[in-house]
Amino acid sequence: MSSTPHAAPEMPDAQDAKAGQGLPPTLASLFFEFLIIGAVSFGGGIIAYERILLIEKRKWLSADEFMATLAISQTMPGLNSVNLAILTGDRLRGLWGALAAGFGLILPGALFVLIAGMLYAQGADHPLANVLLAGVAAAATGLLAAITYKIGSAHFKHLKSLVIIGATFVLMSIAKLSLIWVLLIMAPIALYLYRPQK
Amino acid sequence: MMVLVNLALTFGMLSVLAVGGGMAVLPEMQTVLLQQFNVSHEAFVHIYSIGQLAPGPNMMMVLVFGMQIAGALGAGVVLIAFFLPSSVLCLVVGRLWSRIGERPWRRAVQNALEPISIGLMASGVYAVAKAAAVGPISITLAIVSFLVLLLTRFNPVFMILGAGAFGAVLIQQTGLH
Repeated sequence: MSSTPHAAPEMPDAQDAKAGQGLPPTLASLFFEFLIIGAVSFGGGIIAYERILLIEKRKWLSADEFMATLAISQTMPGLNSVNLAILTGDRLRGLWGALAAGFGLILPGALFVLIAGMLYAQGADHPLANVLLAGVAAAATGLLAAITYKIGSAHFKHLKSLVIIGATFVLMSIAKLSLIWVLLIMAPIALYLYRPQK
Repeated sequence: MMVLVNLALTFGMLSVLAVGGGMAVLPEMQTVLLQQFNVSHEAFVHIYSIGQLAPGPNMMMVLVFGMQIAGALGAGVVLIAFFLPSSVLCLVVGRLWSRIGERPWRRAVQNALEPISIGLMASGVYAVAKAAAVGPISITLAIVSFLVLLLTRFNPVFMILGAGAFGAVLIQQTGLH
C-alpha cells in the first residue's frame, strides 16, 4: 500500500492535457479527490498519493508547480500534507478550494481516530486491552524511529546538520526546555549556518 | 469554559511551532498534556499509537486528546486550534510567494529548519520510547519494528497490528512486559 505506483502512460488522445490549462476543478471534485486520499492512505506515504493525484491523475499541477508548492508546504509550520492540500486548493479555487481540499484530507482520519478514541476510553482498563496496547505502542515507537531515521539519513553525513540535530535533542530532551525556547535558540543559529551563499 | 480556552491556546501554539511537520511537536505535546491536562505518558503513547493506524495525516490523534479532556466540544476546539493557525499562515505566505517567486533564502529557511525538525523528532522517539519500551518484550518489539520498517516496504499498519497481537500473547505467556 505504501509503495508508489508508477505513472500511468500518457493517454494518446488526451487533448490539452497540459497542467493548469484545463478548466479549474469544482469544489466538490477537490473535496472528494482529497477525501479519497485521506481515506486510503493507511500507513503513511500521503505526499506520494497527493503527487499522483495532482500531477498524473487529474493534472491539476505541473511537476514544477508541485515541487514549488511542496517546498512552501515543508517550509511553513503545520503538517506538510495538509499544507500541500490547502495551497493546491487555493491555487485552483481560492479560499473555498483550500477549505474543500484541506477538510476532505483530514475528515476520514478524524472520524477514524474519534471512533478509536471512544473505544479506547471504554476499554483502556480492560487487562487484554493493556497487553494489546503494549505491543501496539512498541511498534509505533519503532515506526517513529524509522521515519526519523529515513528523513534524517541525508543529514547524518554533514557535520553542520549533525551539530544542529544533536543540540536540538539535548535542549529538548536533556535540558527539558520548552519547544518555543528550543526554536528561539536553534533557529537563528541554523539560519546563520545555512544562510544563502553569495 | 476555561479548559476549552486552555486547549485552544495549547494546540494553537503547537500548530504554529510545528516546524517541518507535526511530528516535531510530539515531545512538547507529551509534556504539556501531562502538566496542564493530567494526561499520563502512558495514555499519551497509547493514543498516539492508535492514531498511527488511522489513514490520512499522521497527527489526527490530537482530536482524541481534546475529546478525553473536554468531550466533543474539546475535540472540535482542538481540530480548529491545531489546523487553523498553521493553515492560515501557510495560505497567506503561499499567496505572497507565488507573487515574489523563489528566492535563495526560502531554500535557506527550509535547510535550516530540517535538522532542527529531525532533532525534535529524535526527542519524540526518546519521549515515546521511555513510556512504551519498558521491558524485554516491548523493547524487542520496538527494535524489530524499527528494523522491518526501515529495511522493507512492509505497511506500518500491519506491523503495528501484528506487534499488538504477538506482544499480547508473549506478555500473557511470560508475565514480562
